[in-house]
Amino acid sequence: MSLDTETPERARPEPIQAVPVRHPGRWLAVAVIGVLVAMFVHMLVTNKAFNWSFMIDEMFRPPIMAGLRGTIALTICSMLIGITLGIVIAIMRLSENPILRGVSWVYTWFFRAVPRLVLALLFGNLGILWSRIEFGLPFDRQIGALFGVQDFEARLFGFSAMDLLTGFVAGMLALGLSEAAYMAEIVRAGIQSVDEGQTEAAQALGLTRGQIMRRIVLPQAMRVIIPPTGNETIAMLKDTALVAFIPVSTELFFQLKAVGARTFQLFPMYVAACLWYLVLTSVLLVGQYYLERHFSKGVGRSGRAKVKLRGIVAETGGGASKADA
Amino acid sequence: MTGVKVLPQAGPPGAESRPMVHAEQVHKSFGSIEVLKGIDLQVRAGEVCCLLGPSGSGKSTFLRCINHLEKINAGWIRVDGELIGYRERGGKLHEMREKEVAAQRRSIGMVFQRFNLFPHMTALDNVAEAPTLVRREKKSAARERAAALLERVGLGDKLGNYPGQLSGGQQQRVAIARALAMKPKLMLFDEPTSALDPELVGEVLDVMKDLARDGMTMIVVTHEIGFAREVGDSLVFMDGGVVVEQGNPREVIADPKHDRTKAFLAKVL
Ligand SMILES: Nc1ncnc2c1ncn2[C@@H]1O[C@H](COP(=O)(O)OP(=O)(O)OP(=O)(O)O)[C@@H](O)[C@H]1O
Ligand SMILES: [Mg+2]
Repeated sequence: MSLDTETPERARPEPIQAVPVRHPGRWLAVAVIGVLVAMFVHMLVTNKAFNWSFMIDEMFRPPIMAGLRGTIALTICSMLIGITLGIVIAIMRLSENPILRGVSWVYTWFFRAVPRLVLALLFGNLGILWSRIEFGLPFDRQIGALFGVQDFEARLFGFSAMDLLTGFVAGMLALGLSEAAYMAEIVRAGIQSVDEGQTEAAQALGLTRGQIMRRIVLPQAMRVIIPPTGNETIAMLKDTALVAFIPVSTELFFQLKAVGARTFQLFPMYVAACLWYLVLTSVLLVGQYYLERHFSKGVGRSGRAKVKLRGIVAETGGGASKADA
Repeated sequence: MTGVKVLPQAGPPGAESRPMVHAEQVHKSFGSIEVLKGIDLQVRAGEVCCLLGPSGSGKSTFLRCINHLEKINAGWIRVDGELIGYRERGGKLHEMREKEVAAQRRSIGMVFQRFNLFPHMTALDNVAEAPTLVRREKKSAARERAAALLERVGLGDKLGNYPGQLSGGQQQRVAIARALAMKPKLMLFDEPTSALDPELVGEVLDVMKDLARDGMTMIVVTHEIGFAREVGDSLVFMDGGVVVEQGNPREVIADPKHDRTKAFLAKVL
């Protein structure tokens, strides 16, 4: 092209017409895969164990749909807890206060070390520790005893553990608290990706640390935080199946399993679970695709992309602060 | 703290000689390395003080000490009579709380070599952010004032642009407007033109000259000898963490007394 412009009097050369490289391997692969797919489809159609008509009948029934709603609600609630608490723990981790740093380290260590299934079962059985959960002056009985008062109690309000730690709440806590440990790492990476100069400029203007975090650092960290948060949300959606073992009854997998157990048709119901999670995850994947496309645009210097990026940052920033409040 | 007019005509004796910035024996170490080894400096209200020196001589560090971005290890700095970063009580120094330090910084503007604009905000929001957040101005009032300030630095038509859509010179002018929006009584400039293409240096210097003419007290770290000669009221030459020579810029530049000053000026002129 540069030759062209330098010497315009010379004729443009013929387009290259070469024999392209052949790829016999590709055709072989296509043939092998084609046969395998045909075998698989044949099995799906002919194997009676799939019991398709039964499965399709069952998988849209009201209890299953209620379970579906429960799963979606559980995903959203756990992610909200995870993100909010994750931001708090990340900020603690980056704080100058060694005690806060230590606490956040221990928190992350614990919740990353224990499997989620174990956590879920543990939280589901916390009722064994306390029959009632009450709020008030800590160590009130001991303080009362110190002053010679028998059975002194200073409690403001309380719940029966059975009421508070319903399966749903227990599951939500187990998943949300464990998610916070992972989100904390993501948020920390996001915060550390923001240039030090941003904080300094804000400090020089007289902003306080909290203001700098909320208005300057976190909105910029979002670009780094959002894509992995999408992954976490998808992972969370799948992990909600774990709470079926607490057990939580308003949950998709529990309901499908229950139908399977009742009708002695477990396998078709597991296939139904497969399909439902595929559908839910695909919806999230589409959402994540558009979100990431928005954010990758902002990396360049193109102006319009920056404007769009700001829109998202403002939205997500607002969402996070709403969750904070 | 606000609204105090400098140089009152019938003030108490000595008030008119009180400097805007007064530093005494400022020492600063990073770990075991002492970067500032006893800096003394006085800058009067309305004065433009140019800080020169080779790389690593501690110019940036000293500037950052003035608004307490760095904690000093010994000595003291006063801005408009107020001790920076510490409170004297009962003959003892008490460290200031974060909020108090932030309050002190509000009256000291700072402009950085690399602009440090907030990339997720428009030029207008960059300027209006701190006044709304820190000075608790009404959003509409702050934006109006921000627009006027951007107009003043010649960017009246770039209010809605994001930093990524502005040239370096334009970004630095936004940064100056952003600092001015806090109505500072002192402006610190840390090599404000060093990151700029040569043809953009002039537009930023023009804004700074304008500011100087309006009576702003300024400390400017710069290698722009022309600016120091034209606008500076005083010139301070630092090397190795000490002030080597200071005086009238035109005299020091024309006739440096110290060998190190001579060597440095020979290189940059
Ligand atoms: N945060 C820090 N930690 C450790 N050393 C530092 C730190 N900041 C600055 N220094 C050191 O202090 C010395 C003075 O740095 P400073 O940035 O003040 O120099 P300068 O005069 O501004 O130089 P330049 O003209 O290159 O900007 C340098 O040797 C530098 O390496
Ligand atoms: Mg420097």
